[in-house]
Order: sequence, then structure tokens, then C-alpha cells
Amino acid sequence: MGLEELIPDGILTTTVEKMVNWARRSSLWPATFGLACCAIEMMATSASRYDLARFGAEVFRASPRQADLMIVAGRVSKKMAPIVKRIYDQMPEPKWVISMGACASCGGEFYDYAIVQGVDTVIPVDVYVPGCPPRPEALIYGIMKLQEKIDRSKLKGETDPAMISEAPDA
Amino acid sequence: MPATETAPEFKTITINMGPQHPSTHGVLRLVIELDGETVVSLKPVMGYLHTGMEKIMESKTYTKSITVTDRMDYMSPLGNNMAYVGAVEKILGVDVPDRAKTLRIILLEVMRISSHLVWLGTHALDLGAMSVFLYCFREREKLLDLNDMIAGSRMTPSYFRVGGFFQDVPDEFAPAVRKFLTEFPVALREYQNLLTKNRIWMKRTIGVGTLSAGDAVDLGCTGPTLRGSGVSFDVRKAMPYLGYEAYEFEVPTGRNGDVYDRYLCRIEEMKQSLGLIQQGLDRLRPGPVRAPNQYLFPADRSDVKLGMEELIYHFKIMSEGFRVGPGDAYFSVESPKGELGFYVVADGGPKPYRVRVRPPSFIHLQALEQMCIGRMVADVVACIGTIDIVLGEVDR
Repeated sequence: MGLEELIPDGILTTTVEKMVNWARRSSLWPATFGLACCAIEMMATSASRYDLARFGAEVFRASPRQADLMIVAGRVSKKMAPIVKRIYDQMPEPKWVISMGACASCGGEFYDYAIVQGVDTVIPVDVYVPGCPPRPEALIYGIMKLQEKIDRSKLKGETDPAMISEAPDA
Repeated sequence: MPATETAPEFKTITINMGPQHPSTHGVLRLVIELDGETVVSLKPVMGYLHTGMEKIMESKTYTKSITVTDRMDYMSPLGNNMAYVGAVEKILGVDVPDRAKTLRIILLEVMRISSHLVWLGTHALDLGAMSVFLYCFREREKLLDLNDMIAGSRMTPSYFRVGGFFQDVPDEFAPAVRKFLTEFPVALREYQNLLTKNRIWMKRTIGVGTLSAGDAVDLGCTGPTLRGSGVSFDVRKAMPYLGYEAYEFEVPTGRNGDVYDRYLCRIEEMKQSLGLIQQGLDRLRPGPVRAPNQYLFPADRSDVKLGMEELIYHFKIMSEGFRVGPGDAYFSVESPKGELGFYVVADGGPKPYRVRVRPPSFIHLQALEQMCIGRMVADVVACIGTIDIVLGEVDR
């Protein structure tokens, strides 16, 4: 049976870092946080056909305190921006953000008085997924990219400059 | 007990539901005053998704504005396209070819089913039935495939144009719709098996969120929210557009005006939509899908490469757009949520002077307080689900 044959002694040696990263990337818990059209595609991603569970990220938590991934799905209005920031702050470390869709990434179609031109002006973003709205395949690819990024992260001391995610002052 | 001591003061608690709440269908915030667990008052706070769409349409040409309407009620984008395009066509006095009309009816009914499926899935999910959500999205994916086929986009096709369509549907469209027509009744029976006689579902919905026929009319409700209370009003029957008067379909109504009746109404509506799609497919004849108006559409690509005149028109339509008006028109369609209307004011230029939307969700939101007062907090979730709001449309 599979794994047992490969590890007859039942012992594997690895580093704590690798094991922790493996655990973190394999069970991302996104916060149930939908804003607009992209949220429906996010739902479709977790539903029957695309089945996000295959990538270990299907446990959508209603409370940000139980989540470690925030998928900003949709346009962020100026009225909503402080709430997005608060929800992000409520999430425990370590946490990651995927900006889903053109609106969340850069304002998209709506260059006007009401929409924040990119959610990265409010919270740090790890992965941007383009599209209006992105197809579920695109979101899944974004999540896989995030998993790769988590795999590269260090437990102590940030060596990769791309890994440093400081919240902007705004 | 001394006679001077008064009874402890009666106190209510005010709680915030949303804007980040899984069952408010987006970013709706409700300020609820509670006495124990009973709702004393409920105030919806909106604007968390305000996008300034009406304003932004003033700075886009008539064709570009169509893409903005897609993102209002993103459950039925083509319904929004139709309401907007219909208003512009009314000002222009353009008559759409028969094939385009029939195709529009087919697509609008497909959108209605697709929107009702999202409603059913999320509504059931809110009331604790997770599996219904997975079943509904299974069928919805097939409808999104149709969108993908005609326009290359799953959710925001922007397929309608002023004066018809930019291009005809591909050949495999009609067979794909026919295939769906044979598959969907089975799925619909599955949903009903899961819910209609389900004891938990009935307990959570029967007698909850009642709205009398008089109240529903007074509050301006339309669509299934109104019909659940027993008022037979459907824009497709009352003010037919696209030739709906030539189609046979019934307008299902409820009796008690509760969450359960509105559920039955929407299920029945999906069945009626299937009939409409079938009739539409039977009437579909080959023909042009563009109105014979050279100012609305660019010439064929092959002509553009050869003729000077065509090249000029191509450039003019693509850069400046076509001019409309002066004039104004209101056009309403029966969207899955209710009466969706667009009021467009044209000043003779290539961009709308003003666009005003009558969104059904926004108007239904004011019925929420009446539905919820005196009920438990858990029923608020059922009531939000039953009015089928889309915050993109409420806040615009």
C-alpha cells in the first residue's frame, strides 16, 4: 500500500521548516469573504465541478479568526476598505492574501470616485489573479502559486526579499 | 420589597450583522435591535459595494456601457444587458430582427434558470442544507458553458448589442441548449426531493417572512417576492417585450406570501423557463441578428479591408460610437429578481447623458424589516435569502 512500501521503517527525516511549510500550504483555510461578481466564481471554484478541496483549500471559515487566507473577491469600495483592513487584522498570523479579479487588483473597469484602485493600497497582497471575473481555473492556479510561495518561506529570518510583506502605512 | 423600587428597565441589544457575514449575500450590513432573540427593529445599511455605475456610464459610449450593466446583477448579466439595450433601442426606434429576438428570449430564460440556481443553492446553504448548493452549481456550470460558448466569458458575457447581436451564436449552441433541456427536469426533481417535503426545510420556511399581498404591492415588490404573496404580476405578461406575448407560459403565484411559497414560485418559474426555451428553439429560424442600421454596427471585416467608406465607418463606430437622441426612454424587463428597469436620457451625443436604474433588489430590501420584525434572528437569514438580493445591484 503506497506510502508504507516507500518508507518501510516508518521514519522520514526532514527539516522542521519543510514540514511546517508543507502543513501550511496543504491546508489553507480561506475566509468566507465575498464582495462582488468574483465571489460567485469563488463559490463556483469550491463547488462541484472545480472542487477546490483537491488543493486543500475548501474549508471556508465564516470567522476571519479561523482563517489564514483572504481571497479579496470583487471591487473594494472606499466605504468597504476599512472593513477589509479590519478583517485582515483579525486574521491570525501567518496569513496570506489573494487579490482576485481586475477590480481588487487595480480597480479594473471602475476608475471612479467610489472604488479603491487596488486592494494592495489597503492590505499586502501575495498573489494577483487577473480576469473579470477570473475563471475558476485561474483562481486555482493562483492558489497553487501561493502554495509555491509558502513552500519557499523561512521559519526564521526573511531571506527572500519577495517574502517580506509589510502592511502599508495607509 | 419597598414600594419605591421600580422594575428593572427593559433593555434591548443592538447588534451588527455584516458587512462581512456569510449569509448576507455580499456586503449588506443589518443593524438589528433585539429583545432576547426576537427582532424589534432592523435597518439595512447599504453602500459597501457602491461603484458609481450610473455615473461611470455617462463617460462611456453606448456600447461600452453594456459591459458595466453586466456587473450590476451578476447572476443574470444578460437580463441587465437587455434592459439597458432595450431602452437605447426605444430611443433610436430600432427594430431588432426576429432571430435576434428569439435568441434573446432563449438567453434571458437561460439566465433566469442560472440565477434561480444560485439563489436556491445559497438560500439552502444559509438554512443548513449544504448538498443542495453542490447540486445547484453542478447544473449552473452547464449554463455557464453556454455563456462561454457564445461570448467567451462564463459570467460577464456582454453579448447583447444595441440593435441585436454583434455576431450570431455558434452552430453548436442550439444542440447544447436542447441537451440541457432534457437533463434539467431530472435535476429539478432532485432539488425538490431534497427540499420540498424536507421537514427541516418546511419548519424553517413555512410561515416565516410573511408579506401580505397589499403590503407587497405597497412596498413596490415585483418578481417572485410579489408573486409569492399571490399577486400575479409579471413584466413579461403586463408589458411584453421581445414578443413574449406570442409565447405560452404561466405566471406561478403563491398564497401565503412566506419563504416557502416564494421557494415554490421560483421552482415553478424554472419549469416555465424551460418551456419558454423550448418554444424559442422551435421558432429559431436562420436570419440576420443585426438590425439593418449601418450606424450601429461596423461593416464586415472583409469589406473593411477593401472599401474606403467601410473603413471610415469602422473607425468611427469603434472610436466615437454611434449617436443617440435627443430623447429619453424607460425600458423594463422581468429579471429573475423582479422588474428591472433602465431609464436612459440621451442628448444626441455618443454617450448617455444620464442613466438611472430601477433595481428590484434595492426595492425588495425595504420589505426586509416588515418580514423580520417579531421573528427570531435565525429567520432573518431565511428572509434575506428569500428576497434574493444581489448587492451589486442594490449599491450599483
